[in-house]
Amino acid sequence: MPRSVKTLVGWARTAPSRATVLSGDEVTADDRLAETITSAGARGVIARGLGRSYGDPAQNAGGLVVDMTARNRIRAIDAETGLVDLDAGVSLDRLMRVALPFGLWVPVLPGTRQVTIGGAIANDIHGKNHHSAGSFGDHVVSMDLLTGTGEVRRIEPEGPESELFWATVGGIGLTGIILRATIRMTKTETAYFVADTERTANLDETIERFSDGSDEAYDYSSAWFDSISTGPALGRAALGRGSLARLDELPEKLRQDPLKFDAPTLLDLPDVFPNGLANKLTFSAIGELYYRKTKNKRGQIQNLTAFYHPLDLFGDWNRAYGSKGFLQYQFIVPLAAEAEFRSIIADIAASGHVSFLNVFKKFGEGNRAPLSFPMPGWNICVDFPIVDGLGAFCRGLDERVLAMGGRLYTAKDSRTDPETFAAMYPRVDEWRKVRDAVDPGGVFASDMSRRLALTS
Amino acid sequence: MIDAVGHPSSLLLLGGTSEIGLAIAERYLEGGPVRIVLAGRQSTRLADAAARLARAGAHVETLEFDAKDAAVHTEAVRKAFAGGDVDVAVVAFGLLGDQETAWQDIDVAVELAEVNYVAAVSVGVALATEFRRQGHGRIVALSSVAGERARRSNFVYGSTKAGMDAFYTGLTEALRADGIGVTIVRPGFVHTKMTKGMDAAPLSTTPEKVAEIAVDAVTKGRELVWAPAPLRAVMTVLRHIPRPIFRRLPV
Repeated sequence: MPRSVKTLVGWARTAPSRATVLSGDEVTADDRLAETITSAGARGVIARGLGRSYGDPAQNAGGLVVDMTARNRIRAIDAETGLVDLDAGVSLDRLMRVALPFGLWVPVLPGTRQVTIGGAIANDIHGKNHHSAGSFGDHVVSMDLLTGTGEVRRIEPEGPESELFWATVGGIGLTGIILRATIRMTKTETAYFVADTERTANLDETIERFSDGSDEAYDYSSAWFDSISTGPALGRAALGRGSLARLDELPEKLRQDPLKFDAPTLLDLPDVFPNGLANKLTFSAIGELYYRKTKNKRGQIQNLTAFYHPLDLFGDWNRAYGSKGFLQYQFIVPLAAEAEFRSIIADIAASGHVSFLNVFKKFGEGNRAPLSFPMPGWNICVDFPIVDGLGAFCRGLDERVLAMGGRLYTAKDSRTDPETFAAMYPRVDEWRKVRDAVDPGGVFASDMSRRLALTS
Repeated sequence: MIDAVGHPSSLLLLGGTSEIGLAIAERYLEGGPVRIVLAGRQSTRLADAAARLARAGAHVETLEFDAKDAAVHTEAVRKAFAGGDVDVAVVAFGLLGDQETAWQDIDVAVELAEVNYVAAVSVGVALATEFRRQGHGRIVALSSVAGERARRSNFVYGSTKAGMDAFYTGLTEALRADGIGVTIVRPGFVHTKMTKGMDAAPLSTTPEKVAEIAVDAVTKGRELVWAPAPLRAVMTVLRHIPRPIFRRLPV
């Protein structure tokens, strides 16, 4: 079925809308896709990858959605230079499996490998190594962008097309469709991490651990933290920090096949969870378990699942929130805002809105992209089940994040408003100028671009 | 777009001076900014309503719309969508009229039927067209318990609401496949200027309470709600009471 009308949602399963989804042959040939785009109706077009954005950037009510997963060819890998030339619909999971035997590692990995190259660029995703490696856009050598006028443009981070390149990085698909990209991979001797894990007793210790310079010794670092306990245990965390292991660091057994793709999953969760199961009681219990499981240990050799993707032990974990879905609130605030940042954490714990998946990380420098999320600061990510009053609570958080000079992340946002977004991204007008120039007909649009008034 | 917590970016009120409609708008404004299109006859009341919502933080536009003139409905609804997506449209206009006059005076009876039923059907068709093109959105139809079982004291009004309610019930099904939701709200006696001076019926309510129930229903995707909720049980009983007894009841 190359064309069908479907109801689409994001990963958090909120705010569904209907669109005509293009797949298969309609998508794989450049000229055919260009023709479709130039003759699209008034509701426009947006590209969609694996649907891992939590909100609405890959939905386009009443219009066309291009399912890019049909474009899944890895065209060339060069072990020497570390360059990979591939289609935008290739997932990071597949790229990793194919590239590992060449001693190449995906330079930036988010919390899931089930995202496409196109989505990784369009949201300028980050991972646990942001402080050492930057975000995904920093590792893109070039892209082929299909624009609203039907032409394919080769764009690069420097030179005459650099403005369009950086407007496309983090540009949530609104400058055009990324068809192909060349990525500079990271060289590695093994597929394992040497990791140090430790527990902190409270928020002070957690912040201290990320501020005392110890982070610099690791390429990868982040923490799960407790956002439910109020009082002394508030903000206690389980830290996982490490770097890719060298061959000589592996135990004998693993040295036989050091580049083996080793990322076990246990089971896929079925779609049977009732609303309300995700509550304070269950979250506190699981959180306690996770916290206690973490030992203060140095120099452990861990595989990808253990170190990086513990949630991958459970496929489709978003189903545990029931049919009402959930909302992920991820924000970053500058390092200087530490005091106010502490009080936000305390207020989340006291709010009655419970979150289990809480990620804490200190980010490094951002890049040139006007809509890129990362900047030096405290990055926090919390998940809330959808309940009455959540909207008002999040609006309150928005105001405080904004007052601190912070911002929200497009891959996670599903509810903020145009004024707040524009204030959080003061370079949005600069971005809009580049976008309007490359897409004068306003072909590219999404539910998110309408919600945030990014397109007219 | 309606966001993850049910907050719309834009709202169309057909019947821009309806007290329940305005209360719904204000309820939404508590949850963040909303672009509001007030469709009604140009009047100081409409201008006042626009000013009131603007003070509450809305970006307000007004649009000429006369419920009695079905010929212009399609155009008026099209114009309402021309300024950007409409996320929620409320069919809020209606007349109560004087019932004793209404069942004895053709002009009065026909006016009630035209505004409460014919116009509701005509904008319903126009809204369905626009929402299907747009690919998302919700319709809120303000019905009434009076349509549930016609009473001697109120049957002309009741019959128009019965027709309107049946139309939107059917429209709910017709639009399901397109992902467009319809929420029918059946309020009981509401204290408004329309009912001023009348004796309040049991379980009477206010526009603000009706708005709260309507907004909550839209957020949760519910298709039929009563305001207040206990009316559902009350009307379920009343519907089945034999006529000789029903006509003696003080309802």
